[in-house]
Amino acid sequence: MITIKNLSKTYRTKKQNITAVDQLNMTIESGEIFGVIGYSGAGKSTFVRLLNRLEEPTAGEIIIDGKDIVKQRKNELRLARQEIGMVFQHFNLLWSRTVHQNIAFPLEIAGVPKKERKAKVDHLIELVGLKGRESAYPSQLSGGQKQRVGIARALANDPKVLLCDEATSALDPETTDSILDLLVDINKRLGLTIILITHEMNVISKICHRVAVMDTGKVVEEGDAVHVFQNPQQAVTKRFVQQLDGSEKYESLSSAVLNEGTGTIIKLSFSGENVNQTIVSQTAKQCDVDINIMQGNVLQTHSGAVGSLFLQLVGSETEVEKALNFIRSANVKAEVQELV
Amino acid sequence: MFEKWFPNVDIADLNTAIYETFYMTILSLIGTFIIGIILGLLLYLTSKGKLWENKVVYGIVAAVVNVFRAIPFIILIVLLLPFTDFLMGTIRGPSAALPALIIGSAPFYARLVEIALKEVDHGVVEAAKAMGAKNSTIMVKVLLRESTPALVSGLTVTAIALIGSTAVAGVIGAGGLGDFAYFYGFQRRQTDVVILCTVLIIILVFVIQFIGDFISNKLDKR
Repeated sequence: MITIKNLSKTYRTKKQNITAVDQLNMTIESGEIFGVIGYSGAGKSTFVRLLNRLEEPTAGEIIIDGKDIVKQRKNELRLARQEIGMVFQHFNLLWSRTVHQNIAFPLEIAGVPKKERKAKVDHLIELVGLKGRESAYPSQLSGGQKQRVGIARALANDPKVLLCDEATSALDPETTDSILDLLVDINKRLGLTIILITHEMNVISKICHRVAVMDTGKVVEEGDAVHVFQNPQQAVTKRFVQQLDGSEKYESLSSAVLNEGTGTIIKLSFSGENVNQTIVSQTAKQCDVDINIMQGNVLQTHSGAVGSLFLQLVGSETEVEKALNFIRSANVKAEVQELV
Repeated sequence: MFEKWFPNVDIADLNTAIYETFYMTILSLIGTFIIGIILGLLLYLTSKGKLWENKVVYGIVAAVVNVFRAIPFIILIVLLLPFTDFLMGTIRGPSAALPALIIGSAPFYARLVEIALKEVDHGVVEAAKAMGAKNSTIMVKVLLRESTPALVSGLTVTAIALIGSTAVAGVIGAGGLGDFAYFYGFQRRQTDVVILCTVLIIILVFVIQFIGDFISNKLDKR
């Protein structure tokens, strides 16, 4: 649906040229949530602003639905922009307008008649869960509510694509989650393609189907979100993965725990594929072992659990062996931890 | 009572003077508002990084604005006499004061408009652009609308400065309270007339400031 070819953006200053986006090539499928992650200065924000030409590309093509945005003239571009919704980090609402009027603004721009506008806005307010707040001004809303208005506004003209420029970066973790849920809901209900820019790993892991990791203007790694984080190749990606599972410290048990424990200590590794969610209790039922959960860090991504879990199995040698086989048969990696 | 405190004030003349002051202030304020908004928008839009970025136009507008702000009002009136004569067909009376009043205060208001527009969050302009808004829509519905409280308080400041200017214009024959105070009060040494005119102008200033603040606060939903 969106094809990007050799997209570049160079800022020319008197002293030097700065290449913010460097020869990007990308294909984004219709209906997917595509995440772009990178540290600040990686060029991700410039990249998303190139997509609707808030920044003029220096070179390259951006083909959305068969039309090259880069080649479009002023008026064509204006119409094309009406089909590309955009959500901003700092919401960018008009403070002089109420929630209702803010959401109606893009409809006014598109020349939708007043009657239709009202029906449409009412529907959108319902969709983003702001019923009852129609006549509030942005200054009377919380950050999360403001972003809901921002999302409703971006959806007003039934866009094909939704661009989210750090849409959750100004929100607290809880509000972030609720906004992400809303985005997933919209993606499923409307089949909307979402391109999401962020520096927060949990945003990617929670909702993105595919991810591109950007560093110094280039995409250094790209692919299925779970796959990229399971096998990070580049240093940048590895740093992001650490941000996700809270560093390496959960990857092993301290030797004191290992030596004091009785029974067998095993480490389960979940890789996100077809994980049987009730593996622990099933093991206990199937085999004659007592199970103690010692430590773990398991993250639910949209394609399954990722992480590791340390279990202590107490029982006869044969039963422990049986339990290990059972776990392994459920496609979970299980390693026996040697005493030190 | 009135005659005891202000023995030299002719009520009919005073009413005319008050009327003329209102006439000059209100009409010149309307003219100042229109020209000031246009110049202010031009200054803002042609400045660096804005919708119509254009160094030459910005330079010219900024120069014109600065020149007219620099000329003292009383000299401006004299300089504009031929222009006034051409435009209004006379150089006496409250109508004849209007060109000088407007030309004198529009540049001042234009700078206040420019400041007000600069205060509008750039992100909001960008959001409107991303929605596919025309430049005209951005100007009217985003820039001007979002800056209304500042535009109104700027207009209040300008209105009060204008009242001062009408008094100055009065001295060279424009009529109004300034004229009244000067001829009856100063030239005929009738202090009570000067005091009354002063009090009336002070009241007028207070009322305008109050109304301006009230409207500005009402409009401000931030």
